[in-house]
Amino acid sequence: MTSRRQFLALIPAALAAGEVSAQLDPNIQALRAAALEAAVRKITGGKPVRPGKVKLQVPPLVDNGNTVPLSVSVDSPMTSADHVKAIHVLTEKNPQPYVVSAYLGARAGRASIATRARIADTGKVIAIAQLSDGSFWSDTVSVVVTLSACLEEGLI
Amino acid sequence: MARVVVNVPASARRGEVIEIRTLAGHAMETGFRRTQTGELIPRDIITQLVCTYNGVEVFRAELHPAMAANPLLTFTTIATESGTFELKWAGDNGYVAAQSASITVV
Repeated sequence: MTSRRQFLALIPAALAAGEVSAQLDPNIQALRAAALEAAVRKITGGKPVRPGKVKLQVPPLVDNGNTVPLSVSVDSPMTSADHVKAIHVLTEKNPQPYVVSAYLGARAGRASIATRARIADTGKVIAIAQLSDGSFWSDTVSVVVTLSACLEEGLI
Repeated sequence: MARVVVNVPASARRGEVIEIRTLAGHAMETGFRRTQTGELIPRDIITQLVCTYNGVEVFRAELHPAMAANPLLTFTTIATESGTFELKWAGDNGYVAAQSASITVV
């Protein structure tokens, strides 16, 4: 139980943090960043991820975070010697960073997928592609979300 | 009842890259929402999609709660021979759905 004295001591910090984040775990941003980093490390196994080759298309302004169309295409010849093995989509601000992991092969012909995601808050969306030579490439897009997915639960 | 739609072109030239679109009717409950009394609604999502082309796996996807309700996936494959695409969805609470579509390659 928070005493009145403790509650009053919390007010200045809450005001400094802004109205929305005052209701949330103060470490939420650090926790989300750590979860995203852990997810990227799990996908890559610690290998470096270079920007380029991948094109992630998300609308820059999202009216409704519950259904956000997105598409990922990778610049690859898609031959058996050089193709995209997997495409992963991650978000920065969701309770869990994962959105979808797609596994394709040389038979895909073209490295492109499209789907619809839920995005909880204004932040980054990241697509990571794993190539058959073991290298990882990524693309990051910042999106602005006006109506968040899961807003009513105070999860942002 | 599980309802799944698969969209594959009816015919294609050999070697052509064709687009497959598939949609499953599912609420994709995230497991993060609460009822009005504050209880967590348990997670109930589709976790996997596998697409086989004449018995050979050509595409597989792992889905997470951040997929929108009624998950839609679009992907491509090379039309090599006439036959059928078999799409299988699997998810929490024993959800299983399958749908096939045939293609004629000329």
